[in-house]
Amino acid sequence: MAAAPELDTLIRQEYKQGFVTDLEADTVPPGLSEDIIRLISAKKNEPEFMLEWRLKAYRQWLTMAPPHWAHVHHAPIDYQAIVYYSAPKTQKDRPKSLAEVDPKLLETYEKLGIPLKEREALAGVAVDAVFDSVSVATTFKEKLASLGIVFCAFSEAVEKHPDLVRKYLGSVVPYSDNFYATLNSAVFSDGTFVYVPPGVRCPMELSTYFRINTAKSGQFERTLIIADEGSYVSYLEGCSAPMRDENQLHAAVVELVALKNAKIKYSTVQNWYPGDEQGRGGIYNFVTKRGACRGDNSEISWTQVETGSAITWKYPSVILQGDNSVGRFYSVAVTNHFQQADTGTKMIHIGRNTKSTIISKGISAGRGSNAYRGLVKILKGAEGARNYTQCDSLLMSEHCAAHTFPYIEVKNPTAIVEHEATTSRIGDDQLFYLRTRGLTEEDAVSMIVNGFCKEVFKELPMEFAVEAQKLLAVSLEGAIG
Amino acid sequence: MLSITNLKVNVEGKPILKGIDLEVKPGEVHAVMGPNGSGKSTLAQVLAGREQFEVVAGQARYLGQDLLALKPEERARRGIFLAFQYPVEIPGVSNIYLLKSALNAARLARGESELDAMDFLAIVKDKMKLMEMPEEFLYRAVNEGFSGGEKKRNEILQLALLEPRLAILDETDSGLDIDALKVVANGVNSLRTQERSFIVVTHYQRLLDYIIPDHVHVLAGGRIVKSGGRELALELEERGYGWIENQTGASA
Repeated sequence: MAAAPELDTLIRQEYKQGFVTDLEADTVPPGLSEDIIRLISAKKNEPEFMLEWRLKAYRQWLTMAPPHWAHVHHAPIDYQAIVYYSAPKTQKDRPKSLAEVDPKLLETYEKLGIPLKEREALAGVAVDAVFDSVSVATTFKEKLASLGIVFCAFSEAVEKHPDLVRKYLGSVVPYSDNFYATLNSAVFSDGTFVYVPPGVRCPMELSTYFRINTAKSGQFERTLIIADEGSYVSYLEGCSAPMRDENQLHAAVVELVALKNAKIKYSTVQNWYPGDEQGRGGIYNFVTKRGACRGDNSEISWTQVETGSAITWKYPSVILQGDNSVGRFYSVAVTNHFQQADTGTKMIHIGRNTKSTIISKGISAGRGSNAYRGLVKILKGAEGARNYTQCDSLLMSEHCAAHTFPYIEVKNPTAIVEHEATTSRIGDDQLFYLRTRGLTEEDAVSMIVNGFCKEVFKELPMEFAVEAQKLLAVSLEGAIG
Repeated sequence: MLSITNLKVNVEGKPILKGIDLEVKPGEVHAVMGPNGSGKSTLAQVLAGREQFEVVAGQARYLGQDLLALKPEERARRGIFLAFQYPVEIPGVSNIYLLKSALNAARLARGESELDAMDFLAIVKDKMKLMEMPEEFLYRAVNEGFSGGEKKRNEILQLALLEPRLAILDETDSGLDIDALKVVANGVNSLRTQERSFIVVTHYQRLLDYIIPDHVHVLAGGRIVKSGGRELALELEERGYGWIENQTGASA
C-alpha cells in the first residue's frame, strides 16, 4: 500500500533520554565469580543470610542454561563481560537526605522529568530512584513512615527490616526459578522495598525510577512489595538508559505479596533505550515479575506500557492462592525498527472463585516483532474460576510481525475461560478519514493508536496515563492533543 | 470557488477520470450522477486529497489556490469537507473527541480560538438535534457499531459542525431509508447559504427530490458527458443511464 513508506518515516523514533551522566563510578571488575558476589555483598554490608542466599543462587545458576523458547533472537550474552556492580562514587555512604545527594544526579533525574526534590515532586507521588546499581534517593519517606509504611532502597531494608526481607524474599520468585531470576538472585545490587501494614491505604502513588548509566554494566534490581491484610498500595516504575552501541542486560526480579483483603496495583512505563534504527544497541529487558494473592479476597493488578528495550521478555504473573482473589494484566507493548517483544502473563488459579482478566495490546511498526505469550492455568481445586483474555494486535507497517501464543490448562470442570484475539492493520482508510477532518497525519496515527490502547491506559494512574500517551506518541512519532 | 480543468486520474495504474471539467460557484449545488464505476467516488475522494489516487493531468483551483498541491488536512482546514460513502470506524476513539479535535483544527485555521469542553458541548448538542441524533452517539467510538443510517447522519453532523465552504457528499443517500434520507436532506438544506457550495454525488435522483441542485452533471466512463439543470436528473430517472451512454458513445 502506498501509505506504508510514509508511515515508516512517521514512526521514526527519537530517544530523548539517551544522554550519559558524567559521574565517577565505584565499579567492580567485569565478570562473575563467588568472589564478585562476596564483594557485592560486602559493599552492601549484608548480613550472612543474604550472602548465603546469593551464593546458593550462583551455584544453581552455574548448572542452568539460558532458555531459548521465546520468540526473540539475539547473539549469545557473554556473562563474563558484564559489570555486575556500579555505583556513583559519591553514594558510597548512602545520603541521609536529599541535600546530600550529588547535584549531578539530581540534575539527571530533573532532565528525565523526575523531580526528586520533595517540594517539586508530583503531588501524591513518592519516588525512589535507582541509578545503575544503587538507590540514590527516596522522597516522602518520613510522611509514609508515620503510617507505618516502609518505602526504601532494598539494601536499606536488608539492614533495617531483615526479618521482613528474610520472610518474603524469594517466596514468590524462588532463587532457583529461572536462568535470569537466578542470576539476579546472585548479583542483585539494589531495588525497592515496600511494606504496607494491615489496614493501611497508602495515601500516595509509590514510584521507582530506574536508570542505567555506566557502560557495559547490567542492572539487576530487585523489588519486593508486601501488602499486609486489608491494605492497599499503588506502585509505578519507570526506566531509561543512555544510547549506546552495545546491548546492556537488565534482569530484574519483582515480587509482590498480597495478604488477605489486600490490593496491589503495579504499573510500569518501560522506556529503556530500544537501540537505533538499524537495530544496534539497546537494552535486553529480561525480567521476572510475579505476584502472589496469598490471602482470600486479595487482588493484584499489573499494568504495563512497554515502549523501550531492544528485546523485552517478561510475563508479569499472578498466583491466585486465596479464595476469591483477583489477578489482572493490562499491557501495551510497542515494537518499532528492530525491537522485539515476547511478553504476556501467567494466571495460576489455585483458590476457589478466583478471577483473572488479561488485556494485551501489541503494536508493531518498522521491522518490530511483537509476541503475546500467556498461560491460564486452572488447578483442580479452583472451583468456579474465571478468566477472560483479550489479545489485540495492531500492525503499522509491511515488515512488522505479531504473534499470539495462548496456553490454557484447565483441571477443574467448573472453570470458565474465554479467549479473544484480533489483528488489525492501521488503515489508509482510517488515516484518510481523520485527515479529511483536519488532523495531521501524525495526529491521526496518534489518535488511532491511543484509541487502540484505551482499555489499558485507563488502568494507569492519571498522571502516568498522560505520560504513557506522550511516550507512545514519541515512540511512534506523533503528538497527542 | 472551485474550477477543475481536464482532470485525469489513475487508480492503481488504471485511468478512471479521463478529463473532467467542472466549475462550481459560491452558493451553488452541483449534482454529479452516473452509473456504477463511472468515477464519481474517485472524483469526490481526489478533491478531498486521497493520495493513493494519482493525478496524471489537469488542474483544480480552489479559492484561487492549487488544490492538488494541498494535503488532505490542509484542504479540510481551508474549508473542504467530504462526507464519506463508507464512513470509517475508529475503535476506542470517542466520537466527541474526534468532533472536538476536528472543529478546533478548523477554528484555528480560520483564526478563531479553540473551544473549551463546555462551549463545544453546547454547540454539538444543538447540531445533534438537527440530525435527530441522541446524545449517546457522542460517547460511542467513532462509527463503531453504528448502523448504515447512523453513520451517514454522523457525517452530516460533522458537516454541520465544521461549516465548510465546499461540501462534497459521496453517495450520502445510499443505504438510507426514506425517513433517514429526509433527515439528512434537511440537515444539508439548513446549511445552504450564499457562500457555501455543495457537490452531491449520487447514483439515484431520489436524493435530488429533497436537495434541489442548481446543476446536474452526468459522469460516464470517466468524463462528464452531459450537463444541465435539475430536469436532467428527472430525465435520467425516466430513461436510465443507458440512454446517455448510447447518445454519447461513452462506456461505463
